[in-house]
This record gives sequence, C-alpha cells and structure tokens, in this order.
Amino acid sequence: MLHHTEVSRRAFLGGSAGLVVGFHVGQPGAAFAQASPLPPEVNAWVVIRPDDRVIIRIVRSEMGQGTLTGLAQLVAEELECDWAKVSTEQPTPGQNLARNRIWGNFSTGGSRGIRESQDYVRKGGATARLMLVQAAADEWKVPASECRAANSVITHLPTGRRTTYGKVADAAGRLTPPAEVPLKDPKDWKLIGQPVLRLDTKDKLTGAQVYGMDLKLPGMLNAAIKDCPVFGGKLKSFDAAAIARRPGVKKVVAVGDSAVAVVADTWWHAKTALDALPIVWDEGANATASSAAFAAVLKAGLDAPEAVAGNSNGDARAALAAAARTVEAVYAYPHQNHATMETMNATARWTPTRCEVWTPTQNGEAALAATSEASGLPAAQCEVYKINLGGGFGRRGAVHDWVRQAVAIAKELPGTPVKLIWSREEDMQHGRYHPVTMCKLKAGLDAQGNLTALHMRISGQSILAGVFPQNVRDGRDPVVFQGLNASGPEASIGYSVPNLLIDHAMRNPSVPPGFWRGVNLNQNAVYLECFIDELAHATKQDPLAFRRKLMAKHPKHLAVLEAAAKGAGWGTPAPAGVYRGLAQTMGFGSYVAACAEVSVSPEGELKIHRIVAATDPGHAVNPQQVAMQVEGSFVYGLSAALFGECTLKNGRIEQSNFDSYPVMLLKQMPKVETILMPSGGFWGGVGEPTIAVAAPAVLNAIFAATGVRIRQLPLQQQSLKKA
Amino acid sequence: MATLQVNGKPMVFEAEPDTPLLWVLREQLGLTGTKYGCGIAQCGSCTVHIDGAAVRSCAVPLAALNPNQKIVTIEGLSADGSHPVQKAWAALDVPQCGFCQSGMIMAAAALLAAKPRPTDADIDAAMSNICRCGTYNRVRAGIKQAASQA
Repeated sequence: MLHHTEVSRRAFLGGSAGLVVGFHVGQPGAAFAQASPLPPEVNAWVVIRPDDRVIIRIVRSEMGQGTLTGLAQLVAEELECDWAKVSTEQPTPGQNLARNRIWGNFSTGGSRGIRESQDYVRKGGATARLMLVQAAADEWKVPASECRAANSVITHLPTGRRTTYGKVADAAGRLTPPAEVPLKDPKDWKLIGQPVLRLDTKDKLTGAQVYGMDLKLPGMLNAAIKDCPVFGGKLKSFDAAAIARRPGVKKVVAVGDSAVAVVADTWWHAKTALDALPIVWDEGANATASSAAFAAVLKAGLDAPEAVAGNSNGDARAALAAAARTVEAVYAYPHQNHATMETMNATARWTPTRCEVWTPTQNGEAALAATSEASGLPAAQCEVYKINLGGGFGRRGAVHDWVRQAVAIAKELPGTPVKLIWSREEDMQHGRYHPVTMCKLKAGLDAQGNLTALHMRISGQSILAGVFPQNVRDGRDPVVFQGLNASGPEASIGYSVPNLLIDHAMRNPSVPPGFWRGVNLNQNAVYLECFIDELAHATKQDPLAFRRKLMAKHPKHLAVLEAAAKGAGWGTPAPAGVYRGLAQTMGFGSYVAACAEVSVSPEGELKIHRIVAATDPGHAVNPQQVAMQVEGSFVYGLSAALFGECTLKNGRIEQSNFDSYPVMLLKQMPKVETILMPSGGFWGGVGEPTIAVAAPAVLNAIFAATGVRIRQLPLQQQSLKKA
Repeated sequence: MATLQVNGKPMVFEAEPDTPLLWVLREQLGLTGTKYGCGIAQCGSCTVHIDGAAVRSCAVPLAALNPNQKIVTIEGLSADGSHPVQKAWAALDVPQCGFCQSGMIMAAAALLAAKPRPTDADIDAAMSNICRCGTYNRVRAGIKQAASQA
C-alpha cells in the first residue's frame, strides 16, 4: 500500500521557513504555503487533486536542460492524463531517504536524467493509471478490463459511464499497486515525441522564479567567502578587528582550514567588508605551480613508457613501424571553468539537532550527504531543499564544496539562516575545472592511403582521480576514454582500425578537476576528429569518403554523419568564401555529427555561419527540447573552442571574471540546424553529446578555409591567417 | 534615507551611496528578478531600464541616481507577463535555466523601444548579454517575433 502518510506530508511541508520556497511550477510557494493537507498521492510519482489537477513528481534537477518537462511527458504518457492539467513538484532528498529511495537516483549529470529513469517513471505513470481505473471499476462494480482511461477521464465502455481521475484518486491511492505493469509500445505514444512547450517558463519571464541566490528566509544573514587562492593552500590569519565596524558586519569566521567568510546583514556589506579584510595565506606546496610548467609534464607523458590501455586491437606499434607512411600530430586542450550564470550559493540553518540547506544542486542526495558530513549530524536530522539552478553544466553535481562551506558558517551562528553567495571572482578561481590533457596521435598508412594503424596517447588529468578516487583502479580512469571505447552503449568509437592502441598516461596537476558539460568527449572528439581530417588531407581524400571507409561496421555513427553532411550540402559548392568541416562521435548513449560552415577573412577573422547537427538518441521525448540542447551545447562547445581557458600562475587561476574569461555572445552565434533522427530501441542523452562535435567541425572547416591546422585550444590564442 | 522611483512607485530605503543599484534592488527592495552575474557590467544579467535605456545595474552606484529617474525592473516590465517580448519568449520557449533571461528580456525590450524593427546587426549590437545555456538563436527569433507583433 502506498499511502501519503502524515509523517511524509509533514516532511513535505517542511519547516515554517520553507514557506517561502515554492516547488510547484507556476505557483511559487504553493507546495509549502499550502495550509490545508495535501490530497493523498496515487503513488510516489503521481498526485491527483479533486479538481483533476495532476502533479507529477520529479527528482532529477532542472537546470535549463528541459528534463523536468521531458520526465513529466514520460509519466503523463502512461498515466493518460490531460497534459493541460499537469504541474510538477520536487520531493526532497530527505523524503527520498525516509522512503527507502522510492524515487531512485537524484543525480542529474551525464545526460542521464531521462535515459536512466525513463523506465521507472513510465512505470510510475502506468501504475497510477491502472490504480485509477481499478478504483473506478470498483466503484461501478464492473471489471477493470471493461474500462478505458484517456485524458484524465475513465469510461466504462459497455455503459458509457464516465468519471474523472480527480474523483477516484483518493480511492486509487488506497489500492495495492498491481504487480504487472505493461508499458505502451512506442508506436502508440501520443505525448512522447511531441514538441510540447516547457512547463517551467512562465516565472522565468517575470522575475518571479526563485533561484538559490534569490532565497530569503526570516532573520537570514548573508555571507561572502574567500578561499586560499592557491589550491591546497591554507588560511594563516586574518584581522577581523579591521572590518568589525563596517556597516552590517556581524561576524568573521574561518571556514575549514583554507577559507574565511564575512557574515553581514546584506551580501553587499559582507562582500565589501571581505574585500577590505586583511588576510594572510599559507600558500603551501603549490605556490609556484603554473600551467606552463605542467605543460612540460603533460608533454613528457605523451612518450612515457607507462600508460593504461583503454582500447586496443591488433598490434599498433608493430604496424606503425611497418607502415609505408606515418603521420603524427600533438593536440592540447586546456582547463576551463563551468561559469554558470548563477555563482555557487547555499543557505544553511544549523542547530545542535537539525541542519537544513537550501541550494541549487544537480544531486540533492549528494548535497544531503555533504550537509550531514559538514554539520556533524546524521542524514535523518538533515534536509536539503533543492532551489532552482542558474545553470549547472556539471559544477553543481559531484562535489558540494559550497554546501560544506555554508554549513560550516551556519554552525557559527546556531539557529540563524545564513546565505552564502560566491562572488564571480571566487567562482572563477575555485571551480572544478575541465581537465587538462594533451594527445599525441600517430597513424600508419599503406601505399593506397588506407589507415592501417593508429596510436592515440592521451596524457593528462583524470576527473575520477580528483572527484571519485575510489573509482580509479590500478591507475585506470575509464571515463578518460569517453567516445573511444571499443564497444558498448555509452560512448564507443565509430571507426574500425586494423591495429589500434588508445592509452592514457595519467598526470594530475594541483588544479581540481570536475565533470564539465561534455566531460572527456569534448577533447577526445577534437583529437580524433581533427586528426582523421588531417589523415584525409594527407592522403588527398575527401574527409567524408575517408571516414566512410572506416565506418562500415558502425552504421549508427555513419548514419548521423551522412545526415549532417547531406543537410549541409557536403559535396556541393558552398557559398563563396565559405568552407565546410565535419565531425562525428558517440557519447552519453547518443550518436551525433556536425557539419560546420565557416569563413576566415584575410586578416584571420573567423565567422561561423552555420552548423548542421544530426543526433540519433534512440528515442526523442521532446524534439523541441532536443533542438534547444543542440543549440545550447554549441554555445558551450564553441565558447570553449574559441575562448575558454583557465591558466595557472603562482599556484592560482589567472582568470577572475568574464572580462578575462570571455564566452560566446549572441553576435558570434551561427545558425544551427538540428536533424533529429531517433532510430528507436535505445535511450540516449541529449544535453551533452553534440557539444563535442561543434569544435572539431569548426576546426576542420577552418583548415579547409585557411590551411591552418589548429591543434591547441582555445582558438583566440592562435592566428588564422592563411598558411 | 534614499528614495528611488522603481516600477512606478517611490521607494524609500537605507543604503550607503556607493551601493550598486543591483544590490539595492535585490537586498533593500526585495526585487530579486534582477540578477547578479559578474558585478563588472560584463554579463548583463542585472540589466534594468533607467528612463527607458538598458543599464547594467551592478555598475551604477546609488549616488549616481536621483529620485526623478524612472527605474524599471523585470518585475515592472508588465503587470502580467504581457509585454510583447515576454509573450514572444513564452511562445518560443526561449529560456533554459532562465537566470540570464531577466536581463536578456530587459535588453530586448529597450532595443525594441528604440528600434521597433531591428535588423540582425541591430540585435547583434544591442544584445551583448551572456547566456551560458545557449539561448542566443531563440533570443534573436524572439526579438523578431516581438517586433512583428508590436
């Protein structure tokens, strides 16, 4: 029996302070401000109100990627409810814990939101439908098999009697859920696959949407923080007396052993007082670390004898030695900051018996674990309220460093809620950066220009070693080989090479790494797709024709490549002065390809005119949202390719804000044409994969335009004047 | 005590003269629709209208303002989300995370007020707000749709 118990209802309503936090999309405050008891749930995923409103529960975080709407579509498809009556709400991590993780995994990264939960959320919707129909049949004393549900209305077919979901929801919630819950055949889907508008737009247009940074609780104070600018350094001392009389300052506190925070009435007061605070750092062992010095370490790794193989077949070294001709190139990809528009922030309230945190997070459960650890209280005495995210891109998922800080500060002011907001400068210099790597590629070609051998040596940083070191076994980080794996449904290589070796020499700098939208697919696709382009040109073959020869056994990879090429008119003349470049890869369970069109002026000024992108995600829940993800991923991927670089000097990140870390602007944005070609039979992610083909397609088009081969990113450091 | 005219109403509050308008709006007046993104007038998340012009409020200290200036924030752009830009944004599903969109919408509304039929070049020049989710193409389409329906 699934009952909405008094205990869980109370947990859902939260404390009185939760009153200002709304989780009902379009109805800020409704979930917590609701004074009357909520009607019982049909099951964990579905609540139906007496007036037929449908509330679908979503636990993956919505950070702009549209997963909230897509997941609701999946539930609603099987529920057979009226889509116009659907809204959503978010159970808390504490509720999930209390109910034995009935909602499963909260983690929202790796483009997993829909593909990893599609099965059980559809079953949740189908189960609720079966229970609603059964409740109606019980009331009418007829077999459920004689009843049909559609559009939130249940009809008894022989008599035409009708009732609505709202009328039977209470009874349905008391039934034992059925054991067998068949799901619809994809050919019968009515809502899945439809480009419905997002459910969460309205409040984003009026300023009503509450992001973590906007939260206000009664009696709340504000905090600004500075962590030691040198990674691994410590806080030595600070002179709190020097700022004690500044307006609004309440307290200056050491946070952990490396940071100091000022707590004040307003954040502006806290921030300006912190700027005036004399601080002495112990910069520690990394005080002289630099990107330039680490580049030498990476370079040495390219030829190091010790490396971990990720994908190999045949004997690449022997075949290279015997090849009629070899081609070699070295590529490099820099550190980058996520630069979410909303900087890291969390509000925490700590008492000796309870700790609550309000924060934008991609993983509510991980935020709860961080809260528990930092507060010194068991998880059952903690709660995390997920607040809307102003971007995530991986920064707000694996490591909740800002949550730990907020809790540590709140512990110094028991009972008082404290909102910690990072300045942009703090955010830029204390990120969890896209890993830095280099790659040496060496190809063996026969006399006819066929690829006979390929050795791809990646040297550089492991994300897992920095974030989840327990997942690194025998020096092997499997995520490093994203898009280069021999096989598998996640991220396999699209080429067959008779003799292949792809290996990794792990080299970790002092800069902390993180999962950054696209993760390792970003640089791996640049390395492989640009080098394949190099080989095509070196052997005077058309880059599409050259790839085709290697892709016969990879029909899904090839299909998206052909579609992107055809969509852009590959093989037909481009407009005067415009040149094309291709790239394809597979990652996050989806097959993607792009064809970019660029021109480069005689002065070396680049213009990206158009990118045609093809995606096969197996099933596409909402084509419009997929198109938005493709467009958005290109902004992220092209920002990286054109501008993105964080450099280390004297142990600290040199960039501090958008003036020193430029990103793509509207005027630089090309036209994007999305070809969505779901081939069915599998579920791939769509938030990330296309990011990885934007950069190599553009770089290959630049080569076609100029003869300049860009092997080191970002592009802004390179000259594009014709070679 | 300071006074500003915000969204058609006189607002009286206390803040130091060097406090940026952004933080007055957010902290003294509770108008959190205007966002902090960079603090150095680079990203445009804090864009508001001052006497009809799009201004980055993080770089405007209180001391530079007077009570006669008409300040409009996203909360005051329309009473019910019915400004042509807001309607076009809704129809085209422009926002993703939405954090930059208050500023984006205010910049677009100011552009359309000055140039009811903006060209692509006008849009390129006026819309220098940063969006990390990548809504730029829909922002452009939204401005054109709002222009066609104004």
